[in-house]
Amino acid sequence: MLSLILIVLAAFFFTGIIIRTKSMASGRKGPGILQPIKDVVRLFRKGAVYSETTSFIFQIAPTIYFSSIVMAMLVIPFGQSKGVISFNGDFIFFAYVLALGKFFSIIAALDTGSSFQGMGASREALFSMFAEPAFFILMGSLALLTGHTSFYEIFTELHLGSYVSYAIALLAAFVLVMLAMIENSRMPIDDPKTHLELTMIHEVMVLDHSGFDLGLILTAGYLKFAIYGALVVNLFTGVVAYEYAIPLFFFIQFLMAVSVGLIESFIARFRMSHNAQFIVVLTSVSLLIFFGVLLISGKFL
Amino acid sequence: MIPVIAFIAIQLAGIFLVPLMKVRWKGPVVLSVVLLNAMLSGYYAVLSLAGESFAVTLPGSWVTGPVTLQLDALSGWFLLTINAVFVTGGFYGMFYMKAYREQTNNLSLHGAVFILLHAALLSLCVVQNSIVFLVLWETMTLSAFLAVIFEHEKAATIRAGINYVIQSHVSIVFLMLGFIWVANKTGSYDFSAIRSYTATHDGVHSLALFLCFFIGFAIKAGFVPFHTWLPHAHPAAPSHISGIMSGVIIKIGIFGILRMLLLIQTDYSAVGFVILVFSVISGVYGVMLAIMQHNLKKLLAYHSIENIGIIGMGIGIGCIGLGSGSYLLAVLGFSGALLHTLNHALFKSLLFYTAGNVYQATHTLNVEQMGGLLKKMPQTAALFLVAAIAICGIPPFNGFVSEFLIYSGMYEGMQDAQLVSLVTIVFSVLGLATIGGLALLCFTKAFGVVFLGTPRHELRQPVHETSLGQLLPLYFIAGFIVLIGVFPQLFLSFLNRPVSLFTGALHAGISPLQGNVSGVMQSVSWAAWGFILLTAVLWWLRKRTVRNRKAAASPTWGCGYVAPTSKLQYTAGSFVRSYSKLFKPILTVKKEEEVGGVFPPEAHYESHPYDKAEKWLVDKPVKAFKRFMGCFLFLQNGKLQVYILYGILFIISIICIPMLYERLVAFIEFLKQL
Repeated sequence: MLSLILIVLAAFFFTGIIIRTKSMASGRKGPGILQPIKDVVRLFRKGAVYSETTSFIFQIAPTIYFSSIVMAMLVIPFGQSKGVISFNGDFIFFAYVLALGKFFSIIAALDTGSSFQGMGASREALFSMFAEPAFFILMGSLALLTGHTSFYEIFTELHLGSYVSYAIALLAAFVLVMLAMIENSRMPIDDPKTHLELTMIHEVMVLDHSGFDLGLILTAGYLKFAIYGALVVNLFTGVVAYEYAIPLFFFIQFLMAVSVGLIESFIARFRMSHNAQFIVVLTSVSLLIFFGVLLISGKFL
Repeated sequence: MIPVIAFIAIQLAGIFLVPLMKVRWKGPVVLSVVLLNAMLSGYYAVLSLAGESFAVTLPGSWVTGPVTLQLDALSGWFLLTINAVFVTGGFYGMFYMKAYREQTNNLSLHGAVFILLHAALLSLCVVQNSIVFLVLWETMTLSAFLAVIFEHEKAATIRAGINYVIQSHVSIVFLMLGFIWVANKTGSYDFSAIRSYTATHDGVHSLALFLCFFIGFAIKAGFVPFHTWLPHAHPAAPSHISGIMSGVIIKIGIFGILRMLLLIQTDYSAVGFVILVFSVISGVYGVMLAIMQHNLKKLLAYHSIENIGIIGMGIGIGCIGLGSGSYLLAVLGFSGALLHTLNHALFKSLLFYTAGNVYQATHTLNVEQMGGLLKKMPQTAALFLVAAIAICGIPPFNGFVSEFLIYSGMYEGMQDAQLVSLVTIVFSVLGLATIGGLALLCFTKAFGVVFLGTPRHELRQPVHETSLGQLLPLYFIAGFIVLIGVFPQLFLSFLNRPVSLFTGALHAGISPLQGNVSGVMQSVSWAAWGFILLTAVLWWLRKRTVRNRKAAASPTWGCGYVAPTSKLQYTAGSFVRSYSKLFKPILTVKKEEEVGGVFPPEAHYESHPYDKAEKWLVDKPVKAFKRFMGCFLFLQNGKLQVYILYGILFIISIICIPMLYERLVAFIEFLKQL
């Protein structure tokens, strides 16, 4: 339950911090930290325009997308407190319920009959396909390391002791951050601020949504970032007492937001054809983590 | 004894009655015979799942020896699956076949064959005698063949049918080899002889015997590389037959493998590894090729191969659990495999039936010519969507439950596995995760291109939604898909006895799925309900907030271009283009005439995905064989005199060869005496 509150709180500021960092890096003052939330609130008050080509799929997709993200958020624990839903293998549920949201956002994009949106949908489907194995192998390695199969038990049992385990935790954090980038369509996979539809992934998929639906999609995006941030935090705060863990949570979320902002300010987006290779590298890194775990648990004989 | 006679009597009566009926009564008669048979066998199947197994020994004949019929929990589970698919398939087929009302004789044959197919499949699950089993297997194969070639005036259909018959007979050869091996060593055709033979002989013999049966059954089940008949036969058949083939006929191969696992006493770890490797390859390869298909039914057929792979992964994990003595692993593996068998039967038959609706409305299976069907056929589209989400293994539907069980098995299995099995399991996890992602790509493509957007092709006739009667069985299946998704613990409790047949040796309990697993399933169920509730509340909120607002309609944003046509839409080919470029080394695409030049003249472009396994395992060897046989073509020169000469030569040689042989023997004897 605690994790739920923390994630929602972090989501309030996360995107604002990214935008602020980018503004400052380019020498501007930039909008306030809460501007993204204000945008969403404004969108919730607006009417909508629907394309004549679309059907009911286009209308229900944002709702389902949003609720899939909320369901995913419910399984995330924080330190000693469980998530709202917690059971053995809940990370499988986590990944697949996110896939449900993705399924609907893809078919909603195809529903508009636009070639741009189709292109974005095709890329989204392909890249998330490549990202899936990395997450499952990462969680498998952590499950092997701790002997448990639920988020809560894995994170509370994750004792960082030897140098190898620090290396593993860092690599795991790297994989999770990169997965967050892919899932949120951020740099270096996708550039949210590009203004050419041909080079977009996520932005072009939601091109036709408006009003309340767009508000839902944007809110879901903010939550998604905070969810992955919370996962990264959990790698390090399993047994830390709350008075340190909660500030640490916000510190790491802040750090992540700032680094996303910096990355987007100073690095160019990958060429679209290189993205797939990059994502496959993530799977190899998670295999590396797996072999590291084998090394620690002494099964490498 | 009496149920057996009743069963045979019902189906014989049905088969003789169907040709005598008027056309409009044929369908109802077939359906009622199938229903009667289903109720009869279903009653005993339910009893067997509740713990009463039945065994009857019939006297048999001097050829077969006594024939034992045994209905245990495993048979019961498969009987119920078969009945569910056949009853809905029969109901759907009754309406589907109305389009062919004029072909009276063809319909009679089809109806009779449908009953026979159902009866053969049901009997295969209970017979415990190898000769009778083989006869029934052949009955099933041939009746399925006749059902597939309903539209036999099309050359492609006949070719697919004959391909199926030939490959099925390769399967029978392997099965026969296995049965003859056992019968030769023990002198008994009873299945119990397999158990006693393998229990008394060392591991290598049993393993070889198992592999023999495995290949035989794997051809039927469609494991890669034995799958090449499947993508041809499924699209050729009428849609209800495709649904049944994919739903249960290939599952009888899975049943055979599971039955043999119960009978053959061998090193289960080794068997588990073999099955796991085949399954991971089947799963990944199946879905990789499925993405490339532009024929809707062929796409679904390749997905059957993928799902057989997932079922096989469950069986493999279960066997590794048996081999390593890990109770939980075995329970999770086998329950996942058995549940996925039912789940796949449900969603795949639903997908084929909806594909049938689409085919009847558009008269094409090429997805590139469809589009925008959702507005014309909203109910079919919604049903397809439910099945598509289920087959991707996404909650809150049933596919997620069984894949969750298999995943849990793999993660449990990691805990106390050693290096080799650990690496195998990790690659299986990799495989299963990749399958999940690829399936998502494939079904967003299929649903998006067929039902969404605007029509890509001018169809010759207006498209209508199918009649309610034809949709009724589809709703029934969809209901089950949702039900298993939101109440998994209920369906898992039926699996207690089938699973304990396998795991009984490790832990003598009759309810392996109580306690831990059941608790997790309870949570999965809560999570599914939570999701549904949350979505409903959100939807209601959205409805309330936007109630008084204006919702305008305008064309899709075309980046400033204001005259978009339906040809500008993304096609199925373009949707998977980046994927097919990435996986070029594994996939083969035959292309015809590329479009070229700066100002290209009129040109056409076609691409056909080509299965590499088929190329190397079927087409190339057949070509080489044909070339070799071509050397003897001069013998067949069409002259009657020469053919008579061949006959005379044949008779003479038959008479002379033994005589010559005797002379030769005498001569050698003579030489020896020298």
